[in-house]
Amino acid sequence: MTRSTRRTHRTLRAAGAGAALLLALTACSSASDTGSSASPQVSGTVTVFAAASLEESFTKLGTQFERQYPGTKVTFSFGGSDSLAASITGGAPADVFAAASPKTMKIVTDAGGTSGTPTTFVRNQLEIATLPGNPDKISSLKDLTGSGLKAVLCDESVPCGAAAKKALDASKLELTPVSYEQDVKGALTKVELKEADAAVVYKTDVRAAGDKVTGVDFPESADAINDYPIALLKDAPNAEAAQAFIDLVKSADGQKVLTEAGFLTP
Amino acid sequence: MTSPADTLKAGRTRTNGRPRMVPLPLLVPALLGLAFLLLPLIALLIRTPWSTLPDQLTSPGVWQALRLSLVCATAATALSLILGVPLAWLLARTEFPGRGLVRALVTLPLVLPPVVGGVALLLALGRNGVVGQWLDAWFGITLPFTTTGVVIAETFVAMPFLVISVEGTLRAADPRYEEAAMTLGASRFTAFRRVTLPLIAPGIAAGAVLAWARALGEFGATITFAGNFPDRTQTMPLAVYLALQNDPAAAIALSLVLLTVSITVLAALRDRWMTPS
Repeated sequence: MTRSTRRTHRTLRAAGAGAALLLALTACSSASDTGSSASPQVSGTVTVFAAASLEESFTKLGTQFERQYPGTKVTFSFGGSDSLAASITGGAPADVFAAASPKTMKIVTDAGGTSGTPTTFVRNQLEIATLPGNPDKISSLKDLTGSGLKAVLCDESVPCGAAAKKALDASKLELTPVSYEQDVKGALTKVELKEADAAVVYKTDVRAAGDKVTGVDFPESADAINDYPIALLKDAPNAEAAQAFIDLVKSADGQKVLTEAGFLTP
Repeated sequence: MTSPADTLKAGRTRTNGRPRMVPLPLLVPALLGLAFLLLPLIALLIRTPWSTLPDQLTSPGVWQALRLSLVCATAATALSLILGVPLAWLLARTEFPGRGLVRALVTLPLVLPPVVGGVALLLALGRNGVVGQWLDAWFGITLPFTTTGVVIAETFVAMPFLVISVEGTLRAADPRYEEAAMTLGASRFTAFRRVTLPLIAPGIAAGAVLAWARALGEFGATITFAGNFPDRTQTMPLAVYLALQNDPAAAIALSLVLLTVSITVLAALRDRWMTPS
């Protein structure tokens, strides 16, 4: 926490940083208050910006939230974490940000956009998505480097690509894919449509794709597990309800939905 | 206030002396429209990191992407011309049942989100596609993830612009010239080649320029159908998008290159082709 505060100090001008810090601290304490008491004030619309890989589980949690707090409505904007971070720092009216990597969350915290420190709520592991039934008998990352096999990776600039690169580097493998996709769903689609033989994606994406792909665990994925941070935003139009949603995500119920989708608990 | 007729009369009388007045109800929205179109570009220029620009532009990836963009957009325009001009002629000069429907279908790629267009292309021409699987089985040709794939994706998105532009020009052109040529013994194809084509050349040029510009900026269909691999399928818009994730300054620099090149080409072509001689 102190490091991130110091960083904020460096990047922002002194006055702005002071104000942001003050706001962050007050919001932090008030946030924990609302968290402990199941306050009846929770109402209205909560706007959640979440990484694309969270779409299935967060949609489910949104319905659960609306049932738990009648009169509330959760609206989601799912997308690449980087684009979401850019919209938030650009002033998009969001309450909660759930990112697919600490790096993308840092874009928002560095701009003083979060209220309090982001916390890791789930982790995601990489998996190889192959054609249904794994006809090419892929069992490790090394198998993807074989010639004649069309493999797809995410671009290094997006979290899934950075994680894949980390895993490849850790096992000293050189992999030339046919394409560096702009996001994880793009990579998965290429295998779903059978245009590529394999893609390195998240476990959760393989799970969500059902029987259109077969997932293959690979040992190197242990070297690249992605933390997913969630944070209440400083300019949240509906901070009470937003905090209640974050509490739900972190609760045992929420974690159950997320692990069912293939996420790992932090 | 003055009626339109008065304004017209007043305008006419003034032509000899002072320059003709532009009516305010036209001038104000026109200037607003111009400002609306230019403002984002001006903002881009203001926020360009000029000091680091030389560094950004000397990376070899930029020139690879730019070269690929220019080659593919030009190839896509050529393909659009070869297929699109006859298609426009068919729509404008022949009668057949369901022509209205065909015309609507031709413009479909305009309303289709490009990403959906890319998926549709995969379903048609991909390794497992309706037609693509035969291309693969018979000729060993797979189009996705290749430079040819980029040209095809860009043609799919850009050709309707050409067809619409050429068809509009054909409809405005007087068909009696062609009829006269045919009564003088020319075949319908000769009439098309020797009379119609020269007649509608400005429309074809305008359509080609539109198609080229659209192909140059094409992103969604390209990344979906052809993927993204440096020097093979990574065109400038793809490079810009991916740079934006990590390094917005680099993305702005890349956009600037693309803008400069396209403005230069478009301005040069407009002067040469599209001014009435």
